[in-house]
Amino acid sequence: MTNIAAAAAPSTIATAATPLTRLAKGFVNRLVIIIPYLWLLFFFLVPFIIVFKISLSQTAIAMPPYTPVLDFSDGVSGFFAGFRDLNFDNYTWLTQDALYFNAYVTSLIIAGISTILTLIVGYPIAYGMARAPAAIRPTLLMLVILPFWTSFLIRVYAWIGILKPEGLLNQVLLATGLISQPLVILNTYTAIFIGIVYSYLPFMVLPLYSSLEKMDYSLVEAAQDLGCPQTSAFWKITFPLSLPGVVAGCLLVFIPAVGEFVIPDLLGGSQTLMIGKTLWNEFFSNRDWPVSSAVAVILLLVLTIPIMFFQQAQAKAQEQGK
Amino acid sequence: MNATWSRFNITSIVLGFAFLYLPIVLLIVFSFNESKLVTVWGGFSTKWYVSLFHNQGLMDATWVTARVGVISATVATVLGTLAAITLTRYTRFRGRVLFSGMVFAPLVMPEVITGLSLLLLFVAVGLDRGFLTVTLAHITFTMCFVAVVVQSRLVTFDRSLEEAAMDLGAPPVKTFFQITLPVILPAIISGWMLAFTLSLDDLVIASFTSGPGATTLPMKIYSQVRLGVTPEINAACTILIAVVAVGVIIASIANKRREMQRQLDEQAAQRG
Repeated sequence: MTNIAAAAAPSTIATAATPLTRLAKGFVNRLVIIIPYLWLLFFFLVPFIIVFKISLSQTAIAMPPYTPVLDFSDGVSGFFAGFRDLNFDNYTWLTQDALYFNAYVTSLIIAGISTILTLIVGYPIAYGMARAPAAIRPTLLMLVILPFWTSFLIRVYAWIGILKPEGLLNQVLLATGLISQPLVILNTYTAIFIGIVYSYLPFMVLPLYSSLEKMDYSLVEAAQDLGCPQTSAFWKITFPLSLPGVVAGCLLVFIPAVGEFVIPDLLGGSQTLMIGKTLWNEFFSNRDWPVSSAVAVILLLVLTIPIMFFQQAQAKAQEQGK
Repeated sequence: MNATWSRFNITSIVLGFAFLYLPIVLLIVFSFNESKLVTVWGGFSTKWYVSLFHNQGLMDATWVTARVGVISATVATVLGTLAAITLTRYTRFRGRVLFSGMVFAPLVMPEVITGLSLLLLFVAVGLDRGFLTVTLAHITFTMCFVAVVVQSRLVTFDRSLEEAAMDLGAPPVKTFFQITLPVILPAIISGWMLAFTLSLDDLVIASFTSGPGATTLPMKIYSQVRLGVTPEINAACTILIAVVAVGVIIASIANKRREMQRQLDEQAAQRG
């Protein structure tokens, strides 16, 4: 009974607070929500609506280089007349030119393969960290996070010097006699895979580590005591239990990798076809803002399902955290 | 636990860390190369650092980047902390689903989309592209990272401390500044640092939203990288890495000290 009374006590006191403090509290509460809410609405949601609108307008040789979609300068009638000019020409254009379709498909395939490669590389690292003596785990964690703090651009740039035909990797391989001709890696898809795996590795390792670390290892020991071989104990117990980490890690790698620009541009050379690079070129080289907006809208649609998965995973993790 | 840390585990960690660190180490080593060829060692030299400091364009870009980073990280930390409080404390309000969506989506949103959409917003409202627009863009995408970092700390926060303070008559605002803030401060600091480095690092969003006179360091580096790899860029990158590394190390030492002090206080409190 005393416990219940103690638990009830704070709320009775809170209601007994003066109306003024309650009013102040209500105002503060609302402000806490309203400020970030408005900011994100204006700088995150509204821009997407604008992108969508501009993707429906026409290219014009002007600054900004598109015909305005919502123009209030002609009054209300002019505003409604503007709606008639809206059209899906840019989207038809995207379907007619095989370049864009190929770029979308290639991006999805490259991102998919890179995600699987990152998982294969990242899992043993995360597993090793989770099994490490508790005393050195924070240090290992720090070592995984540290490269994340150094510039993405710099880390991608570092690989150019390694992968070049006359680069360090070829020098080492030639010197050891493993190859007689320098390998061509830079400006190929292999270089893009290496770049993505390297840059996104911490994003994969961290969620994997956090779910592997929480795992009760005595389950595996029990299985082994009962005669289960090590590998099948891994696939039957460890891997399924780490699945939330696997899903989170894969989404954290896959989604940004689809729209990646820096890696295909610097490591993949001019021949590679990825959608992020296509969008960049449409925008900066061709100055075709409506078409690049249409590219962005479709990219966003392609990514909607994985992003929703990601948000659900986040929300679930948040619930479990409580 | 030592018994289960097999040779396989150790090997995978060593190889993994070699993969993570070797490219960065090589980059730093070759910034001290005498030869202009980045991949052929021609003796030790610091001449690229000297020529770096005489490169006015690079110096200007560094100054712009530093200012954008400090301003945007600071504003993003305030907004991100508010967003984190909203997410953890107010579980029921209209539009909560939309709100959490807007906080989490930018974490994985391809940068080209964020950059393009923000640029079109700035054009639509008639804001000239430059220092202000880059800063606004950086606040927007970094505040979500701050929110996630602070939120993870708030989730484990013991709310009875706040209730105790309020029971003793502290108004909510005072309770926040005297009880909540000190406890979540480490998370806020690492949120700030994360926001700062993300801003320091960003090429794509800055390229879209920046204008003449507000070229940031990554934009400058990128335009030079496209012309070819030079030791001077290696030197610039090395300095950038050094700045960030020193910051991270100082922060983690400070964090550890505070943690130890807290433990000592707790022990003293228990004894006393």
